[in-house]
Amino acid sequence: MPQLDNDVRDGRAILRSDNQNGSVPGSAAPGGPAHHGWSPTGLGGAQGRLGRFVGLDRRPVNLDGLSCEDGDAGLVAFASVHDPEPTVEIDDEGHVVQLDGVQADEFDLIDAYIAAHGIDASVAVEANGLPEVEFARLIVDPATPREAVVRLARGATPAKLARVVARLRPVELQMAIAKMRVRRTPSIQAHVTNLLDDPLLLAADAATAVAFGFRELETTVPVLADAPSNALAVLVGSQVGVAGALTQCSVEEALELEMGLRGLTTYAETVSLYGTEQVFVDGDDTPWSKAFLCSAYASRGLKMRVTSGGGAEALMGEAEGKSMCHLESRCVALARAIGAQGVQNGGIDGASVVASVPDGMRELLAENLLVMLRDLESCSGNDSLVSESDMRRTAHTVPLFLAGSDFLFSGFGSIVRHDNMFGPSNFNGEDLDDYLVLQRDWGVDGGLRPVAEARLREVRERAARAVQAVYRDLGLADFADARVDEVVLAEGSRDLSPLDPTVVLQAADVIQERELGILDVVRALERTGFREEAERVLAMGRARVAGDYLQTAAIFDEKMNVLSKVTDPNDYQGPGTGYEVTPARREEMAEVRQQRSRQDLLERQAAHAGHIHLVERDEAEPGADPREVCVGVSPALATRLWLTTSGLPVGQALRQILAGLEEEGCVARLVRVRSTIDLGMIGLAAARLAGSGIGIGLQAKGTALIHRRDLPPLACLELYSIAPLVTGQMYRALGTNAGRHAKGLRPVPVRNPSTEQAIEARYHAEVVAMVAVERGECLPGAPPVDLELVR
Amino acid sequence: MKCTALSGRPLPEITIDAAGRGDLSPADLRIHPDTLRRQADVAEQHGNPQLADNLRRAAELTALGDEELLAIYEALRPGRSTLAELETVACRLQAAGAPSCAELVREAAAMYERRGLHKPG
Repeated sequence: MPQLDNDVRDGRAILRSDNQNGSVPGSAAPGGPAHHGWSPTGLGGAQGRLGRFVGLDRRPVNLDGLSCEDGDAGLVAFASVHDPEPTVEIDDEGHVVQLDGVQADEFDLIDAYIAAHGIDASVAVEANGLPEVEFARLIVDPATPREAVVRLARGATPAKLARVVARLRPVELQMAIAKMRVRRTPSIQAHVTNLLDDPLLLAADAATAVAFGFRELETTVPVLADAPSNALAVLVGSQVGVAGALTQCSVEEALELEMGLRGLTTYAETVSLYGTEQVFVDGDDTPWSKAFLCSAYASRGLKMRVTSGGGAEALMGEAEGKSMCHLESRCVALARAIGAQGVQNGGIDGASVVASVPDGMRELLAENLLVMLRDLESCSGNDSLVSESDMRRTAHTVPLFLAGSDFLFSGFGSIVRHDNMFGPSNFNGEDLDDYLVLQRDWGVDGGLRPVAEARLREVRERAARAVQAVYRDLGLADFADARVDEVVLAEGSRDLSPLDPTVVLQAADVIQERELGILDVVRALERTGFREEAERVLAMGRARVAGDYLQTAAIFDEKMNVLSKVTDPNDYQGPGTGYEVTPARREEMAEVRQQRSRQDLLERQAAHAGHIHLVERDEAEPGADPREVCVGVSPALATRLWLTTSGLPVGQALRQILAGLEEEGCVARLVRVRSTIDLGMIGLAAARLAGSGIGIGLQAKGTALIHRRDLPPLACLELYSIAPLVTGQMYRALGTNAGRHAKGLRPVPVRNPSTEQAIEARYHAEVVAMVAVERGECLPGAPPVDLELVR
Repeated sequence: MKCTALSGRPLPEITIDAAGRGDLSPADLRIHPDTLRRQADVAEQHGNPQLADNLRRAAELTALGDEELLAIYEALRPGRSTLAELETVACRLQAAGAPSCAELVREAAAMYERRGLHKPG
C-alpha cells in the first residue's frame, strides 16, 4: 500500500485542479511546467523518500483499493481452489442427476433450478467432454458458426463454461464477443436520474439522452416513494424528439413490477440473481420467485432482463470460496433456465470488487461473453466507476466498446456525476464528448451521435414543458414556467433553485392512489397539445400488445422497427461480415462539434489581415555589413497568414525580433524566402544573405530559429519549435541573441518553451491548415527578395 | 398475423383518437395470450425453449389481475408461505387455467421444503 500524503487523500480536489490547469491553453509559464502530479518543487527527498515514489503516490490510481487474491473470501477472478470440476450426469430419462460435482439430493436452489431447466441433456455429455481449449477455440474461430457454439453452450455446465472463458486472452474475448453477441446492431443504455427527483429535469435529461442516441433509459430514486413520479417523467421525456426508447425505473422488485404492469415503464432490469444460495435468499428471492417474476412481466407484454455480476457474493460475505467467474457462470446459467431473455452483468455493483483482484478486468469482460454464449442479450456493465484513474477506467471500457455489444453500457451516466443516483457510472455526462470522439477515432459504432446545442435546447424545453403540462393536467403538481427555463439551461440539479421535496412525494402519491398508468399519460399529453409525444407513448403501449420486443435482445430503432435476435441476428463470421457502419452513420459519427474544416481553422487569420505591410523589392543580394542580420520570413507570412499559433499577430512577432536586434546595435534586413517552407532552409538562406552570416527564420505559424551560414540546413544555433507557447518577449530575446551571435559573443541560449500539455493534439489540425497555405504560396526555384516594412 | 389486445380490440384500432375519445381501457393495452403463445413459438424456433416456457407461463398469467400477480410473487419469496399455502396457490393457478405456473409453484414448494425456505406450519 503506497503511503499517500495528506493532500492526496483528498484526491478529487487535486484532480479537479489538474483539469482546470490543463484546460487553459498556454497556462504554463515559459520554461516551467504547469501544476501536475509530478512536482518539481522538491517534495522528493522529504523524510528520505524517493521523489519518484512521492510523485507516483500522488497519481489517482493509488486511490484505488487493490486486493491480494484470497480464495476463501471469493477474491479470485477465474480459478479458486474451491471451484468444482465441471461434471454432469444424465439419467435414462434425460434428467440431470449430477451437476458440477454435486449429486441431485445435495443440490442447492441454484443447482436444482439449472439442473431441471437449464441444461440441454442432448448435448450435455458432448459439451462437457470437449477439452476446454478446444471449446475456447470454437468460440473464437470465425469459421465456426455462432449457432454451433450456442448449441454446445446449451449443454455446458456452469463450471465448464467458466473454465472455457477463462482460457481466452483479452483480444480473444473481443473476437468472441464480436461473434457471439446476439444482436447485430450495437446499442447503449443511459442512466437518467437526479438528486432532487425533479420531474422536469428528469424529462429534459431523458430527452437529452435520446437525442444523443441512447435507446434504453434507466432511472432510479434517492427517495423510494418518488419512484412513480420518476417513472412517469422519464417515460414522457424519453419520447420527445425521437420515438421508441425503452424506459425502466430501478427499485425494489415488487414496486418495479407494479409500475411495469401499469405501463409507467416499458422494460425491467432490476431482477437480481446471485451465485450462492445464501446470498440469493438474503436478496429475498429464490430462483422460482424470480422465474415467476419473469413470467409476470411478460404477461403484460413487458421486456425484462435479470441482473447479476461478479463480486456481489464476495461483497456480501458468502462466496463459498468460489471464484467470481464460476459464481457468475451459475447466475447466467440460471438466467437462461428461468427464461429471461437477457442479463445485465460485467460487475455492476461489485465491479470494483472484481477490478481489485488480478485478472479482474478480464473477468468482467468474460462475464459479458458468458451471457452471449447462453444466447442471451448482454447488457454489459460499465455502469459503475471502477477507478479514480481516468486511464484505468477507460481501459476497462474500451475492449468491449471496440468489440460491440447488445448494450455497451448498462447505464452510461448520461447526466453529470453528482446527479447519478446509482453512483457515478464508469462514463458520465462529463465524458460524452470523449465518447463521441472515441467513436470517431476508431470508426466504431458506440451507439451515440453528436447533438447541436440548438437542438438540445429545443428537446429539453419540449420535454420539460410536456411534463409540466401532464403534471398540471393530472393534478400531480404545478411547476412554474420559470422552473422550466432553469431546467432547460441546467447542467444538473445543482444549477436549480431548491425544490420542496414534498411536491414530488405528493405527485407520486397521487399516481399511486389513482393507479395512473400509460393510458392516463397518453390522454394528458393529447389534451395538453403534446400530440406527437402522446402518439409515441401510445406506440410504446401498442408494442406491448404486439409482443415482438419480448424476443431476445430487442430494441426499437427510431422508426419503431424491432431489432432483435429474430429480426437482426448477429451474423459475424470474420472480416467483411457482421455489423457494418454505414456511410451515413460514419458521417454522423465524424461530425462532432469540435470538427473544423481548413476554412474554419483559417477563419481567425482573416481578422488580422493587413495589420502589417511587407512590400517585396528586388532580388536579395548578399550583404557586406558585419553588423547585418537577415530575418527570413516564410512564403505566406503577412501575405495570407497573419496570426501565429500562439495568437500573436505576425507583425508583432517580427517587430519584437527587430527590436531585439536593434538593442544589440545590429542592422536588421528583412527578406522573404519564397522557394521553401522549411524553417531550417529559410533561416539558412537568410544567414547566407546576411553580412554577419547570422540569420533568423520565421514561419507564419510562429516557429523561429537562429541560423549561421556555415551550418548544415538542419542544424541551427537556437530554436523555438513550440510556436503556440512563444510570447512576444521571447521573440525579442531571439532577436537579442541573434545580434549577440552576429557580434561573435556567446549568448545564453533561449529556452525552447516546454510543456506537459498535449500541445500537438491542440494545434496540429490548425498547423496542417497553415502549412498547406504556406505550401500554396511557395515558388520553387524563386530567389529570396528584400522586403520593406511599410507599416 | 392479425394481432388483438387482451380486450379483443385489433391493434390498428388502438389509436390516439380512440384514446382521446376515452374509448380505450387498460385491457386495450394488454397483450393477448395468443400473442404470447405465438411469441413463444418464435422463441422456440430460434432455439430458446426456456424463453418459450416463460412466455407460455406468461400467456397463462394474462388471466390474472395485477393484485393477484403481486400476491403470488410475494408468496413465492423465501419464508413467506407454508407448504400448504403454496399448494393453495398452485391449486388456484390450476383452476385459473395456468397449469404450467401451478407446476412452477409446486416445484418451488418441494425445493423450499428441502432447503427450509417455507414458513413453518
